[in-house]
Amino acid sequence: MANETSAEPTRRDFLYIATGAVGAVGVALTAWPFIDQMNPTGSVLAAATIEADISTVQPGQQVIFTWRSHPLFVRRRTPKEIAEARAVPLSELPDPVARNANLPDDAPATDENREFKPEWLVVVGVCTHLGCTPTVLEGDYGGWLCHCHGSQYDTAGRIRKGPAPQNLAVPTYAFLTPTRLKIG
Amino acid sequence: MSGQSTYVPKTSFGRWFDSRLPLMRFAHDTMLTFPTPRNLNFWYAFGAVLTVMLGIQIVTGIVLAMHYIPSGDGAFDSVENIMRDVNYGWLLRYMHSNGASMFFVAVYVHMFRGLYYGSYKAPREVLWILGVLIYLLMMATAFLGYTLPWGQMSFWGATVITNFFTAFDQIHKGLGTGIASWLWGGFGVSDATLNRFYSLHYLLPFIIAGVVGLHVWALHVPGNNNPLGIDVKGPQDTLPFHPYYTMKDAFYVALFLILYVGLVFYAPNLLGNPDNYIPANPIVTPTDIVPEWYLLPFYAMLRSIPQKLVGVIVLFGAILILAFIPWLDTSKVRSCRFRPMMKVFFWLFVVDCLVLGYCGAQSVDAAWNLGGISIGLVWVARIGTLYYFGFFFPLMPLLGLIETPKPLPASIATAVLAPAE
Repeated sequence: MANETSAEPTRRDFLYIATGAVGAVGVALTAWPFIDQMNPTGSVLAAATIEADISTVQPGQQVIFTWRSHPLFVRRRTPKEIAEARAVPLSELPDPVARNANLPDDAPATDENREFKPEWLVVVGVCTHLGCTPTVLEGDYGGWLCHCHGSQYDTAGRIRKGPAPQNLAVPTYAFLTPTRLKIG
Repeated sequence: MSGQSTYVPKTSFGRWFDSRLPLMRFAHDTMLTFPTPRNLNFWYAFGAVLTVMLGIQIVTGIVLAMHYIPSGDGAFDSVENIMRDVNYGWLLRYMHSNGASMFFVAVYVHMFRGLYYGSYKAPREVLWILGVLIYLLMMATAFLGYTLPWGQMSFWGATVITNFFTAFDQIHKGLGTGIASWLWGGFGVSDATLNRFYSLHYLLPFIIAGVVGLHVWALHVPGNNNPLGIDVKGPQDTLPFHPYYTMKDAFYVALFLILYVGLVFYAPNLLGNPDNYIPANPIVTPTDIVPEWYLLPFYAMLRSIPQKLVGVIVLFGAILILAFIPWLDTSKVRSCRFRPMMKVFFWLFVVDCLVLGYCGAQSVDAAWNLGGISIGLVWVARIGTLYYFGFFFPLMPLLGLIETPKPLPASIATAVLAPAE
């Protein structure tokens, strides 16, 4: 932009750079609302906590609640299933951390770290591979089998075989009474 | 090839208009007199077929949008309403859903043709890359459209494909989930997702039409490649586009449309999945979840990889690698007619894509029983995936170095007009 005969910056050079800079900032600031409008709305985020009545669930049975538009598995495990889950050495687990939102991120994936009470396993029913719902009591490990791409979980909801990278997630939850859960 | 314009307006209004907006001159030079190699065969008709299919998809889509309701409660029922109550709704919807399939049939023929005759080579690299971009946009549009009826396959297909992005959690914690949640507008595929998919499904075909415009523009700069893969040397090698190729294209478009309406009238659900007539249920995943047939080879690749992030990278890599073919192929000769080794590997590649497609359609634990030995299809898919990438690298660059091509004819005219051997 500079005049060929003058090495000094001109007023036009200054305006050119200043306008360009303001324009770039303006475009970036304008783009943000258009991007952010796609994120979950406040009402979606607000409906993120549920309470669940588990008084009728029998040993060996699983009930499914809907939580954050996903299935939530509440499984009342039999003593045999608990024993199976506890007998697995940590070295056999593809994902060594508990994935329990109630514990620190690096808690090891022992069965004890997967639940508050041994009998009650509460996990999000979303396969950590590509989001399908695994089927209960199928697969080689007595837990779940995901039919989409063949991931298998054990009776503690831990990934044992297949393409899924992580154990089924344990959500933040608490026992309000011995038969009532608050999730989220 | 563009040369001088030969347009002469016939009326005084034509002269007046031409000097103000040379629209007729443009149409005349690109669609009537455009010099086109005289030896284009059947396989060159699919560009015209694709243009017609894009038009059909846009027109039927706009009409369907007049009756469709993009909400979790309304979508499935509104599609059933189109099928049962809207006048000719069944026809319009079957035209649109089968039209998508036929669109992909045509695009695959078109792509394999380009691969066989080396149409991606200089000076047509940009033309080829625009084609890859159109293919990518087509897949995105088809995926978004398949979500709209809100059946079980719609819902779970959308869930699986959007979950591809959660693989990025393995790069940076929360990155993938953040992107996925941004795409969904929630914690999973939901009403908000359906609405935005509908908006984008309406938008993308017009983007495709725009890129098609660039694709045709890029074609008109060097002109068509041809089955011999040699350059046009003069007027004796070409014919005007009209009437020679307008007629030829129209003939094959008519044949293709007969096939298409045959599908629409007699087997409209042949390529669809019956599970998609079950309303979406976010709690229950169908036992066997499969994408539409045109995505099956890529799906087989994804399933054959036991590691999530690698699987997703392979899937996208399989499409992106197409954009690099112009530089991967080191041969000086374009057409496979004169490349004895490339020809063999090309046909192997076609078979490989079909085998991968077959694997993708079977359930995860399916196996072939060969004389008592059980071979898991996942292994067939792994070998298929290996060859798919192996064909582009290292085979393509290597073949250009080690292969001795057959002698090329002096010109298109001498080859075409020579007496039969």
